[in-house]
Amino acid sequence: MDITVESIVFLIFGVLTLGSALLVVTTRNLFHGALYLMASLFGVAGLFVLLAAPFLAGVQVVVYIGAIAILIIFAIMLTPQVTAMRSVRTAQWPVAVAVAVIFFALLVSVVTPLMDELGVDDFAADFTQENPPDVPADSLVRLGEQLVDPQQFMLPFEVASVLLMAALIGAVLLVWPEGTRSTPPGEAGDD
Amino acid sequence: MSLNEWIFIGLFFALSWILPATPIVLGKILAPRRPNPVKHQVYECGVETFGDTRVQFRAQYYIFALVFVLFDVELVFLFPWALAYNQLGLFALFEMTVFIFLLVVALVYTWRKGALTWA
Amino acid sequence: MVPLWMYLMVAAGLFSIGLYGVLARRNAIAILMSIELMLNAVNINLVAFWRYQAPLALNGQAFAAFVFVVAAAEAAVGLALIITIYRRRQSVIAEDVDLLKW
Repeated sequence: MDITVESIVFLIFGVLTLGSALLVVTTRNLFHGALYLMASLFGVAGLFVLLAAPFLAGVQVVVYIGAIAILIIFAIMLTPQVTAMRSVRTAQWPVAVAVAVIFFALLVSVVTPLMDELGVDDFAADFTQENPPDVPADSLVRLGEQLVDPQQFMLPFEVASVLLMAALIGAVLLVWPEGTRSTPPGEAGDD
Repeated sequence: MSLNEWIFIGLFFALSWILPATPIVLGKILAPRRPNPVKHQVYECGVETFGDTRVQFRAQYYIFALVFVLFDVELVFLFPWALAYNQLGLFALFEMTVFIFLLVVALVYTWRKGALTWA
Repeated sequence: MVPLWMYLMVAAGLFSIGLYGVLARRNAIAILMSIELMLNAVNINLVAFWRYQAPLALNGQAFAAFVFVVAAAEAAVGLALIITIYRRRQSVIAEDVDLLKW
């Protein structure tokens, strides 16, 4: 692979995504963690742009960074930590590291063409495509057509709205009304 | 799609970092630094702060955020649907009406529950 | 273009980092953030496979759109649960909620 502008941009967004993700799972301060999560999600949006899915990149920014990350930040502010002195990791974190590393190694062994070149195995599928055909310009219009097409995604589309409705009603039912127990002793209950 | 179309967005992105960063850095370099206790107060002229920074916020903030998220996610489907609207028949309009109706049901539930009234 | 397997590598890394976070973090909100990372890894995979192996079909994009919806619903209900648990127990540490453990 020769070095092109695209590969440099890919490198930037890939490093941004993975680096921020590492900080998300290691930082002590949860609020900083949420901000790193935003950076990581932004990196993913950049990867979507490189993958010729600008609509999904925009949705990623608007929905993930603009809404879900904000929801997480609100939840962090609603649950102030009185037990901040405890460790952020569970006691079995070395096991977690081992599991994550082994899982990553497993995925990489399937995904990279490296194993094929080494002749280690031949179960790896071919993931070396470099120049796929261009995405048709009307791709997004066709996505809109297929979403409401009874032969395609009509049912998931309507079920998605039922899911969202159930999620909102369930969440409101859980959080509202805030009873007397909502305020911990010694802390002001108001903003 | 070629990357060239994104050069301008990249430029604007870089600019959006440079523009606010410049005065901050310039201020750090140029400003005279003679600190005293009054200058270090959070509000130099205003009400003194009291209590801890991380107080308990009201859960209602969360509910407003929830309603926002719901109608934000709607965009994922509404946008491609609107783009394809001219090619679609009446049935598609009906489907989207059902979709939005269900979301409005959730909104009405939240509203009737009194969770949107700031008490 | 960048070959497909590099995108898959990034997604694999992101997923593994999220997996570590889910297994190792104490705070329930941190666990939820790790789950969001894993969902994003899945989304990268979906879009990358769509781009490189079936750019003329749209299933990859549609799937990714549904993942967004599921992620939003999951975050909304999950965080509401965490807030409710916090109100009852003054804690968001996952280990403290062990009523169903034996």
